Amino acid sequence: MSRMNFGWLAAASAIVIAQPLAAKTVEVAAGEGGQERLQEALILAEAGDEVVLGAGRFALTDGLSLDIDGVTLRGAGMDETVLDFTGQQGSGEGLLVTSDNVTLRDFALENPKGDGVKSKGADNIVYHRIRVTWTGGPDANNGAYGIYPVESTGVLVNGSKVSGASDAGIYVGQSRDITVRNSIVEANVAGIEIENSRNALVENNIATRNTGGLLVFDLPNLPVMGGGNVVLRRNLVVDNDTPNFAPPGNIVASVRRGTGILVMANDGVLVEGNVLENNPTAHVMVIAYAQKFDDPNYNPYARNVVVADNIFGRGGDDPQLDGKEMLLAAFGGALPPVLWDGIAEGDTGLRVAEGVAGWTLNLTSPGQDIATAQPGPLAVPAPDGAFALESVGAPAELESRIK
Amino acid sequence: MRATGQNAIAQAAITGDALPRSLSEYGFFAGSPDKPDASLISYSLRNPLFSDYAEKARFIHLPEGAEIRIGSDGRIDFPVGTALIKSFGYLRRNGDLDTLETRVLLHRADGWIALPYVWNAERSDAVLKVAGTRIPVTFDDPSGESHSISYGVPNKNQCKQCHSRDGALSPIGPVWPDMEFERESDRERLADRASFPKNGLYAKARWDDPSEPLAERAGAYLYANCAHCHSRSGAASNSGLFYDEPVGDHPASGYLKRPVAAGRGSGAFDFIIEPGHPERSILLYRMHSLDPGVAMPEIGRATVHKEGMTLLTHWIAEMEPASQR
Repeated sequence: MSRMNFGWLAAASAIVIAQPLAAKTVEVAAGEGGQERLQEALILAEAGDEVVLGAGRFALTDGLSLDIDGVTLRGAGMDETVLDFTGQQGSGEGLLVTSDNVTLRDFALENPKGDGVKSKGADNIVYHRIRVTWTGGPDANNGAYGIYPVESTGVLVNGSKVSGASDAGIYVGQSRDITVRNSIVEANVAGIEIENSRNALVENNIATRNTGGLLVFDLPNLPVMGGGNVVLRRNLVVDNDTPNFAPPGNIVASVRRGTGILVMANDGVLVEGNVLENNPTAHVMVIAYAQKFDDPNYNPYARNVVVADNIFGRGGDDPQLDGKEMLLAAFGGALPPVLWDGIAEGDTGLRVAEGVAGWTLNLTSPGQDIATAQPGPLAVPAPDGAFALESVGAPAELESRIK
Repeated sequence: MRATGQNAIAQAAITGDALPRSLSEYGFFAGSPDKPDASLISYSLRNPLFSDYAEKARFIHLPEGAEIRIGSDGRIDFPVGTALIKSFGYLRRNGDLDTLETRVLLHRADGWIALPYVWNAERSDAVLKVAGTRIPVTFDDPSGESHSISYGVPNKNQCKQCHSRDGALSPIGPVWPDMEFERESDRERLADRASFPKNGLYAKARWDDPSEPLAERAGAYLYANCAHCHSRSGAASNSGLFYDEPVGDHPASGYLKRPVAAGRGSGAFDFIIEPGHPERSILLYRMHSLDPGVAMPEIGRATVHKEGMTLLTHWIAEMEPASQR
């Protein structure tokens, strides 16, 4: 017995020495009292600490929150450590992060009543291999967002997976310097949404069976507006054909089933190198904000949007659009891959690579009645000049945390 | 331990680095929530936050020789060493107050810290619950309706969610014109140490005073119940809905404002406030819900505040409907 104890002590001290000074590792096992034990660990953690969640299910009754800078919250894997919010009684999200330089990795949240993980004003946050699942599949009663960073500078979402969100699987709002990469968004209303944000790189993701795959929006009456400088590249955007199940009233409730990529009211968006297949309304849709608004600082136009070379498969063959039969007949059975509303602010409108077919509603002003559309083939200039790719994406330090 | 000559308060517990495990370590109460130290200044608020019909008792402890400054907006700037103490409980059927928990806000050298304490079964002391807890409670509301709820004691982070201004923790309640004092001596003890702003301070309408204009009552209610998060420096800054500003017919007050990140909180309605149509206003839908993914406020409400709902319903119903936008 004494030899065993001695061995354990030696191992423990080795672990201590291996850690940076002061930082410590706190382990929290699944099981009885998980709510208080885990929340207490998150409150009592200190900068640099790692809180390690054991494998198993944590049955939680309330939202969790983390407000200490520099903490890593790590599970045993996105299928091994599950924070189960099926019995949640309070809070608007499963986990709320309000501190900077936090890393969340290798755990899952299931059935949060509201949002999954919300990080607000949490700069330089990393989400790595996080899974958020509403296990009943698409349902208007599911929470709005799975992964929800907002009002943050420096956001990296990598290797994560969200399904069932009644708004957006991965939603980045009112933020800057963003990378969303290597993630799978399936059976949400919107797969990935970049809203009122700048300098975002969305690459190497799979968006499938959502109502709309990848969305880039700017909305009025918000503290942070002027969204733009967004790159969507090398994503697989396929089979986005789930009927819209968002609660009406929300902006995504207006997304047509079968939209691959939707750009609305943004400045500077590059769509390049994506593979789009079986998005039955449109592979790429570029539009102005169409609702009335009362905000002198808001620009409703889609400006400087570039659709470069992408691989377009079958699509546009079952559009959720008024006059569908007539449109399909006019375009020979399937709509061309790029749909533009035609609304441009000066000469900052859409540019499309040579050889990419499209069509336009030939509207002229934001909010114009869609019944006055005069659909016709798209004739816009080709892209001129390179996109400043170095200006998008999360800071390198965030990448280094998951190396 | 008597850190100061006149009272039983342990000043070191307030200003130290530790998280005292028991409320008794501060000396605020003499072995019972009904026995506050005589040095504590007792006050109430004209427009209190609704907290599941809980009764609240509020106290201020000022350190020796403290001077306080009242800002132009009436907020009180308290010195380091101040403690704000707030007990929550329900009236027993015999009329006595049964205190469940006491929350303290301590002003330490590096800022304010919020800690929740839950009273033991004997109500002789309260223990720190940094992670919060839930307590089953049965009570009658003012209309006589009985409720059995899972009363939520907030965790330390949730305290900050509401008490956050620009990311730092700060008091909410003590705004001079909104404070009321049962004992005139308490008002004097505070006023004697205060410097007042040059501008006049006016009190908001009392939310439940039917003699006041409806819009002012509604504004006061929204301020007391929503503005701590719904401000440009608060936890709901990203919502674009702000109730620390004058309420009017503009989107920042919810008037014809579309939801942003409400999700199913929208209840399938288009506007936070649709003038003339309380039944279609998201504001009331969320106030009426007890579902954690929908309910507002997000924390500290397991019952519907019927009287508050009635006020805001009348207010929105009396607005002139806008031409459909």
